[in-house]
Amino acid sequence: MSSITRPASITGRRLPNIWDAAALLFVFGALVALSNSARGTLVPLDALETSAITLDPRHLPDYALRTTLRMFAALAASLLFTFTYAPLAAKSRRAGLIMIPILDILQSVPVLGFLTFTIAFFMSLFPGRVMGLELAAIFAIFTSQAWNMAFSFYQSLTTLPSDLDEATKSFRLSGWQRFWRLEVPFAMPGLVWNTMLSMSAGWFFVVASEAITLGDNTWKLPGIGSYVALALEKQDVGAVFWAILAMLVVILAYDQLLFRPLVAWSAKFRFETTASATAPDPWVLALLRRTHVMRVAGDAVERVVGTVTGLRLSWPTFRAAPTRQSSRGGDMVFGAITAVIVAWAVWKIVVYVSDALSWGDVGEAFLLGLFTLLRVIILMAMASLIWVPIGVWLGLRPAWARRVQPVAQFLAAFPANLLFPPFVIVIVYYHLNADIFLTPLMVLGTQWYILFNVIAGAAAFPGDLQEAAQNFRVGGLLWWRRVILPGVFPYFVTGAITASGGSWNAAIVSEVASWGDSKLSAHGLGAYIAHATDAGDFHRIVLGVVVMSIYVVLFNRLFWRPLYAYSSRRTVM
Amino acid sequence: MDATVSTASLLEVRGCRQSYHKDSNADLLVLDDVNVTLKTGEIVGLLGRSGSGKSTLLRIVSGLLRPTAGEVFWRGGAVRGPVEGVAMVFQSFALFPWLTVQQNVELGLEAQGVARAERDKRAEEAIDLIGLGGFESAYPKELSGGMRQRVGLARALVVHPDLLLMDEPFSALDVLTAETLRTDLIDLWSDGKLPIKSILMVTHNIEEAVLMCDRILVFSSNPGRVASELAVPFPHPRNRLAPEFRQLVDDIYALMTRRAVKPAASLAPATPDTGFATPLHAVSTNLLAGLIEALAAPPYDGKADLPALAGSLQLEADELLPLGEAMQTLRLALLEEGDIHLTDAGRQFAEADTDTRKIIFGDALRAHVPLTAAIRRTLDERWNHRASAVRFRDELEDHMSPDYAEETLRAAIHWGRYAELFSYDEEADQFSLEDIDTPE
Repeated sequence: MSSITRPASITGRRLPNIWDAAALLFVFGALVALSNSARGTLVPLDALETSAITLDPRHLPDYALRTTLRMFAALAASLLFTFTYAPLAAKSRRAGLIMIPILDILQSVPVLGFLTFTIAFFMSLFPGRVMGLELAAIFAIFTSQAWNMAFSFYQSLTTLPSDLDEATKSFRLSGWQRFWRLEVPFAMPGLVWNTMLSMSAGWFFVVASEAITLGDNTWKLPGIGSYVALALEKQDVGAVFWAILAMLVVILAYDQLLFRPLVAWSAKFRFETTASATAPDPWVLALLRRTHVMRVAGDAVERVVGTVTGLRLSWPTFRAAPTRQSSRGGDMVFGAITAVIVAWAVWKIVVYVSDALSWGDVGEAFLLGLFTLLRVIILMAMASLIWVPIGVWLGLRPAWARRVQPVAQFLAAFPANLLFPPFVIVIVYYHLNADIFLTPLMVLGTQWYILFNVIAGAAAFPGDLQEAAQNFRVGGLLWWRRVILPGVFPYFVTGAITASGGSWNAAIVSEVASWGDSKLSAHGLGAYIAHATDAGDFHRIVLGVVVMSIYVVLFNRLFWRPLYAYSSRRTVM
Repeated sequence: MDATVSTASLLEVRGCRQSYHKDSNADLLVLDDVNVTLKTGEIVGLLGRSGSGKSTLLRIVSGLLRPTAGEVFWRGGAVRGPVEGVAMVFQSFALFPWLTVQQNVELGLEAQGVARAERDKRAEEAIDLIGLGGFESAYPKELSGGMRQRVGLARALVVHPDLLLMDEPFSALDVLTAETLRTDLIDLWSDGKLPIKSILMVTHNIEEAVLMCDRILVFSSNPGRVASELAVPFPHPRNRLAPEFRQLVDDIYALMTRRAVKPAASLAPATPDTGFATPLHAVSTNLLAGLIEALAAPPYDGKADLPALAGSLQLEADELLPLGEAMQTLRLALLEEGDIHLTDAGRQFAEADTDTRKIIFGDALRAHVPLTAAIRRTLDERWNHRASAVRFRDELEDHMSPDYAEETLRAAIHWGRYAELFSYDEEADQFSLEDIDTPE
């Protein structure tokens, strides 16, 4: 099963330390500086008004294409970031000290809250032109993709098998050769898996970032997201369903044409020396591997890639260093520089926040955060109660598991915000309580992670243990408590962590909803950030994002990671 | 030392010292004052127990590791990193799972920038030489262990190194496969078909060393030193059953157990601060009991020749010696000149039932293993009968490397649990007297 690969956010250090605090302050100092410089440079864009979005379904293929292109532009940027940031952090001990906590914070931050700053920033780069908006949208997607990819690559780089590492050194491979022969291949399975998770997150953001409201201005880039936003304004149910259909087709295509083959192909790089049962090739990969023309083309590509990656671009850089302590002086200089930057960040934040906010605002944000936290916890519990038994039932029946697994993965990739409108229509129509009935939207897209991980766990449950349980006639509640739940627990935790992270992000778009003129809003930190964005209130956006980040980071560090460490300790023989 | 390096020697290791640095304490020595000279045309074996630093020395020679003190000269030049002309074969094979046999073999050539056509030709030669023809396009996971190590050999040979380094190359293989590979390699070497001048190999298998090497350096542990050097004068192919062969194996066993007699000298009762520094091997009490029973029964009747015992129990020296040393530590048996014989306590243990065995074992732990004695005493003294394992681990790490400390603590936990001296909770990393009957 492909899902034995873990998302990058759950492994690693557990308890927060001083570097985490430094990283947190650093990230937000940068954020404040960005928003400070961007504020006031907002210029209305006239160009977009002329090429207005229409709800004619015939334009949908064009919109879908543009949306997809933005996705892939962001993906390319994310890969570039991954291949530079992660090696730098892995190879310099000092840089890693601060770069990794920064990455860790960034991947826990609700990126949707960034949107406002980045749009303001990019528009000030290209005043009055669509380019700024396009770049802002691509950047928004990038921020949802890059961190966990880089983190995954970093983790691979720091866990290279020592014998292969020694082999590359003793055969004197150059840095470039080592990168392509050892480091990238070893990281490949984790990287592909995290890229897939990133893409799912990306669809969510591309939809949210195309139609932008900032203060009094609203811009819509041509794309599915804008199409949906317009449909909501115009209360056009038919258009909403057309958009959902278009997205289904797009996701199906990218899933079948790109990721299925990629995941199957990356299995080749899995670090195991025993041959394990392999799933049949997905049809696209089979086509590529078995068609003669494709093979010839593939071989040619492989030859070129092999030659390029085999170039000795640098002299062997490895020199065995005598085992000694690292230089204290260097550490102190590095520490001092970090301290100065952090102090600057603190000063920036304090000045900025105290400008317009009081302690009361901070308290309010934390209280609203508590509401959202409560929602996340309740929903995770409910989703677990529903999907764990179903997942176990499916996973123990291979015929079913094979059929359902791809569907669950597909649903996890589908941008759930496209599915919000039908729910909103129902809530508005029946005048339901927004505080309660908007809540399920948070897990609409993320619950599937729980399902497909549990299916994978149950499917991988050892047959002999199952037989032993049957032999001793362990049944009923005892079977759940002693046999299957502990067995699928690590898988469940993996899925739940991904789902919980996604739910926080979804809060920003799911705690407020609108249908034509009727606006729905629940009490929570997500709604707080969303309202602040609508009002163009930079101070409250910063406050909201910071508070939410603190919640997410603490929730991850104090709850999920210990749980994950516990589960992986307990299930190893 | 003089600065000139004799031309006949390929490699010279001079005064090598490798220490593990610990903040609070003096450096812990892994290797101490090691001198090795390697000449053209010989196979030299580094023989020693696990943890004697022989693998560390091999990494120093290969340039992967810089020694704390001392120098390595390769063809007269000081080694500062991996040098050309030295290739390594790894215990774990170290094959890249995503590269085919052919691509794995070509790796070293690619690093040298050899052109593709030349690379193909040389890889083909090496693959055929080592008996892998037909498997060029296979991935490592499709091959058996023996075939994988053949790939490892071909990959090292294809760069035509002057010196081949082998790090326990056959220890991950089953007996039959290992033997085939050894004899194949020696045949190629004797026939002059290998494009190399010398071989330096690390092993813990005494027979393997006597079978393959022209010269054997026996390492002692803690810290690693060259304890003795033996020449193996027999021509290839060698007969394992020849009396001279057996005699040499016996002699080496005697050499390797001689060192172990030393700690027996201190018979002082255990006090909290002494004896902590003795590393323990976490050998299974099951195996210990089995070995004691085997020793007590005929044909041994309490006394056995180690090589013979190893042969009949199908244990390697590296497996048998830690067992023997553990028995010696507990005073259940004594090791002397390649022999092992049971003490009175050992005989009692062999005859006792399970509960009595636990009592005998517990008494031995309290009397002769200061660490377990100290753990139990600490638990007795505490009002809640609980103690964190961290403090014992820290104390051990003052005297030994973290790996040794961990192994030693593991031994103490396992033995203490068996003797029902104390309980250990892994989750909390804590010792306690839960479920232990304490005589009040």
